[in-house]
Amino acid sequence: MKLRDPAHLVSPRAIAFWTLQAAFGWIFILVVQLLWFVVSADHADLRFTALVLTVLFAAAHLIVMPRWRYRVHRWEVTDTAVYTQSGWISQERRIAPISRVQTVDTERGPLEQLFGLANVTVTTASAAGPLRIHGLDRATAEALVAGLTEITSRSEGDAT
Amino acid sequence: MSVSTTTQDASWRRLSPRMLLVLPVRELGRYVPALLGLVVAGRSLDDGQWWWGPLGVLGVIALSVLRWATTRYRITPVQVQLRTGLLNRRTIATPADRVRSVDLTASALHRILGLAKVDIGTGSQDKENGLSLDSLPAAEARALRTELLHRSAVGSPDVPAAAASEGLSTADAVAHGGDDTELARLDLRWVRFAPFTMSGVLGAAVIFGVGSRLVDQFGIEADSLGPVRGALDYLERSPIWVDVLQGLLGFVAFVTVLSVGGYVLSYWGFRLSRHARGSLHTTRGLLTTRATSIEERRLRGIELSEPLLLRAVHAARLSGITTGLKSGEGTAGGSSLLLPPAPYTVVLEVAAQILRDPAPVEVSLTAHGPAARRRRFIRALVPALALVAAAGVAIWAGAPPWLALPAIATLPVAVMLAADRYRSLGHALAGSFLVTQQGSLGRRRDVLERDGIIGWNLRQTFFQRRAGLASLTATTAAGRQEYTVTDVPLPMALLFGTRALPGLLGDFLASDPVPATSQPANQPTSQPAQAAHPGD
Repeated sequence: MKLRDPAHLVSPRAIAFWTLQAAFGWIFILVVQLLWFVVSADHADLRFTALVLTVLFAAAHLIVMPRWRYRVHRWEVTDTAVYTQSGWISQERRIAPISRVQTVDTERGPLEQLFGLANVTVTTASAAGPLRIHGLDRATAEALVAGLTEITSRSEGDAT
Repeated sequence: MSVSTTTQDASWRRLSPRMLLVLPVRELGRYVPALLGLVVAGRSLDDGQWWWGPLGVLGVIALSVLRWATTRYRITPVQVQLRTGLLNRRTIATPADRVRSVDLTASALHRILGLAKVDIGTGSQDKENGLSLDSLPAAEARALRTELLHRSAVGSPDVPAAAASEGLSTADAVAHGGDDTELARLDLRWVRFAPFTMSGVLGAAVIFGVGSRLVDQFGIEADSLGPVRGALDYLERSPIWVDVLQGLLGFVAFVTVLSVGGYVLSYWGFRLSRHARGSLHTTRGLLTTRATSIEERRLRGIELSEPLLLRAVHAARLSGITTGLKSGEGTAGGSSLLLPPAPYTVVLEVAAQILRDPAPVEVSLTAHGPAARRRRFIRALVPALALVAAAGVAIWAGAPPWLALPAIATLPVAVMLAADRYRSLGHALAGSFLVTQQGSLGRRRDVLERDGIIGWNLRQTFFQRRAGLASLTATTAAGRQEYTVTDVPLPMALLFGTRALPGLLGDFLASDPVPATSQPANQPTSQPAQAAHPGD
């Protein structure tokens, strides 16, 4: 018995978005290390090794992570359920019945706006259950939210 | 006392004026340690500062009067409303049918004054929005509880006299009417389990912390105190192993006394009963009494926890999984408690009565297989081996060789822990409940109503994927919000999920053995399926 992947991939622009997002973190670390490299006088070889290692790790992370993540991040909405898959090294699949959906939000960070992306969060009454779909293109996200709102408004009950 | 006060009218009501005494007396109580410090150390506080104390008390009295004068509450047929504040007026209103629990708490002081504090749980995670009435006359508080709980369950506002007289103390509880069935009552012999809980150790830590702060605050030289001096002298004269032994024995004795005291204080007169109108009630406490009521339709299951020490003496404790009440590590004494540490057989019996089904606590669990066992051992042994390696490096770098002993001693402990963790791991379906169990030091069996499951999270780390395992989490609006079946083989997890909640996973199963993973979908645009916008 196997669980199939959700039907839809996210926007391919998400690869660039994730790369840039992760790059900011690495740039910060690199700047700190460069400062250390310039200011400090001793442990020259140690400083150099650390810098090289950081660059290598950063490059590997920036190349592998976004592509891997793009292959993993998927989503699907049926008449009865929302199904998402996310992560890269650790992966998680979340399934929530439409009848238990409480809110549907869409959110765009500044960086996401730059790439024309949006993420959609579907929450249930459980604090442990929000389903997040990152890196959707804006039109898809809007259609998804509209569709979900329509479907959920048809179901009744207090969803707990 | 205004027992006859009808709680049906929708006029604004005030808190009891007797609450005016509570805060000032409590505030005075805070000066007791300071006074003790004065007596013990024979020192005075800095001169010229003494008037801060009385001024503070006056301020507190003024605040209490203000709070009493500005706080009103009323119960309308549809809402519970609370108004507070003078400058910053706030009105909190909550729909009466959202009331999930009503707790009555009465400290010793409250009880002397015949008062009780009423906490109305509305299921909101936000503490600010909780309704707390501090304080009402005890009889009025009880009537209010009955009214709030049974209004939402039945919808009729009339409250029979028997229910209204429901006890906050055990004395009242004895004189109960017939619509209240007792499920459990504290047996004083259960106190023997108290030393096997962590409460004594925690208590000792708190006492030590507070004590050292007091000593600090009043500038007392600890070793200038007679008894401490004497003890230190004695310790210096005797050999070290005697010191260690005595210290250990002293610590165990101290912790035992504390934990037994704590058990008696918090669980004295414990009684669990079921009201015919569909709610569970617990009452307990020696000085501070607590009465908690949970609507049964909010009760989604139970957690049966058996920490290692309790398990060694065949005991366990029980708490409820309730919608709108967070359970967690800190709430062993919170409002979700259903049974204090008690003999295992009693726990099983009570759990069966609460669930109206003995199967979930008696069912034998499905083991998770060799891959899960291997994972238990790897996860226990890797840190232990790392410790041994670190000790090896340290000794090689010049540390004393005996350092290897404790490091190597962790290995058998790790092995035992892993074996026990695997033995504890399991899951099952029993009647209308999902059962999952895990842990060794803090083993817990969670029993969750299948109707309460509102989604699945299936998590796989890199190592879990390699081992073909997954952790299946049932999300719910009750208790911990998530209950996990850890490290179960993927097909078993899916089968379990499908059987526990038919229909939800079914849509997404690929029953054919063809691997459905990582077909990089060819169309780059991710236009949602017809379901996402059925309006088109």
